[in-house]
Amino acid sequence: MSGGHRVTAPGILRPVPLPAPAPPVNPETKPYWDATARGQLLVTQCADCQALIWYPRGFCPECASPRTRWLPVSGRGHVYSYTVNYRGEGAYQGCGPYVIAYVELDEGPRMMTNIVGAVPEALQVGMPVEVVFHDTGEGSALPRFRPA
Amino acid sequence: MTIRGKAHIAGAYEHPDRKIPDKSLAQVHAEVAIGALNDAGLAMRDVDAYFCAGDAPGFGPVSMADYLGLRNLRYLDSTETGGSSYLTHVGHAAAAIAAGKCRVALITLAGLPRSQHTPSGQRPSRSGAPEAGFESVFGPTTVSMYALAARRHMHEFGTTGTQLAAIKVAASQHAQHNPRAMLPVPVTVEEVLDSPMISDPLHRLDCCVITDGGGALVVVAPEVAAGLPRQTVKVLGHGESPKLADNGRIDLTRTGAVWSGPRAMEEAGVTHADIDYASIYDSFTITVLQAIEDLGFCDKGKGGGFVADGALLAPHGRLPFNTDGGGLCNNHPANRGGMTKVIEAVRQLRGEASAAVQVPDCELALAHGNGGSLGTRSAAATLILGREDA
Ligand SMILES: [Zn+2]
Repeated sequence: MSGGHRVTAPGILRPVPLPAPAPPVNPETKPYWDATARGQLLVTQCADCQALIWYPRGFCPECASPRTRWLPVSGRGHVYSYTVNYRGEGAYQGCGPYVIAYVELDEGPRMMTNIVGAVPEALQVGMPVEVVFHDTGEGSALPRFRPA
Repeated sequence: MTIRGKAHIAGAYEHPDRKIPDKSLAQVHAEVAIGALNDAGLAMRDVDAYFCAGDAPGFGPVSMADYLGLRNLRYLDSTETGGSSYLTHVGHAAAAIAAGKCRVALITLAGLPRSQHTPSGQRPSRSGAPEAGFESVFGPTTVSMYALAARRHMHEFGTTGTQLAAIKVAASQHAQHNPRAMLPVPVTVEEVLDSPMISDPLHRLDCCVITDGGGALVVVAPEVAAGLPRQTVKVLGHGESPKLADNGRIDLTRTGAVWSGPRAMEEAGVTHADIDYASIYDSFTITVLQAIEDLGFCDKGKGGGFVADGALLAPHGRLPFNTDGGGLCNNHPANRGGMTKVIEAVRQLRGEASAAVQVPDCELALAHGNGGSLGTRSAAATLILGREDA
């Protein structure tokens, strides 16, 4: 896996592995994370008003229904905004510059993620991207995006 | 019923220090509490309402009430909305006073992030939050979340780094007149743009300072204010609002000021042209830009041109702002800038700002706070304050 970029010489960035910290998982979110480990991106959908729900939850913030179901999405979208962060913290401390972004899925929701497989200079708001999954080693995988 | 004129800020105090290695958090809360009560001409025994936020140590407001010996409390509020908490507290205190629930409200803030070595302004742990797993795993930091907002604003409206830098420059022009300011030396646009990139497009000098310290306010009923020796400041209007990530529809270019601002101005019965001075939340340069637009001081997307025109410079700009140097240059205690926003507005309305930046005949001020993160979810609070004779 690749994604971070370490400065090896002025102006030159070399792809390096990004950390893939395991998310907290609870009964409400376990199906989502189980699916990521199979390479599948899910969102929740309201069983009453049919709205897509992001972030995933067992409650509809559109109509207050507690009835939701899991819906696979395409994993395709475009960059809504991004930043090259030079000061990682926690699991990202010392990992070198990395890209945090919001990707707007083709189905609509905007989700926080990382962009990988692209040098920062090539990034643009609006660029098409597709999902990739990075194994956390704990039964889940992080949905990140690369140029499509 | 409105709170217009039904409560006064009688005491305001900013801790003089920016690094406090030898005191506890509770001690600093106590120091600022005494400072504000002394400023008001009141004592601990007079306080019947206590307000604090997530920076207070211990069990909500109870631990600090116990520490301070507040024996006459009949009203407690520990609303926690990050840096905007203290403006929200003023609004809540005014409402409680107007409803007859209390007469003397004490609000305190303190923090020691500089001494306790959290220099990056680390995000508070919200590991139990329902959104946590869908965001924290991607390495968000405080600065990077505001950088996402700045990038989107640049994309939609053509805002530039040079325009954002003008906000820091204006704050630094003001800070040079504040002997307590953490960064008292004026900077240029070039110096901001040449400072290290922290999270593209935000540079180091687009960020606020990280300081120990704190501040406190005393909000009182009009009949209490009438008997005090010091000039007080009227609370004329208050508005607050959360800004949600909104089920995958997050709008990175707008803040809760879109709602809090009009509510406060309507309650106060004032228009933008009436505002003589504004304290605008300034955790980052982009925070100021978005707030100015969302509060309606210029059209959406036109903030870059507005700030680059010198509008923010005191005393004669169109919208003199943050005359203490703000969080960008003076003080951002506990990584929460709302308290100092109110304090400087009180100084301006009392005519007690630094002479070089005192707005002449300052009668009406706006103070605005934002808490949480522009990149995810946040809360805004706006106050309209008036001189005692306003
Ligand atoms: Zn629904």
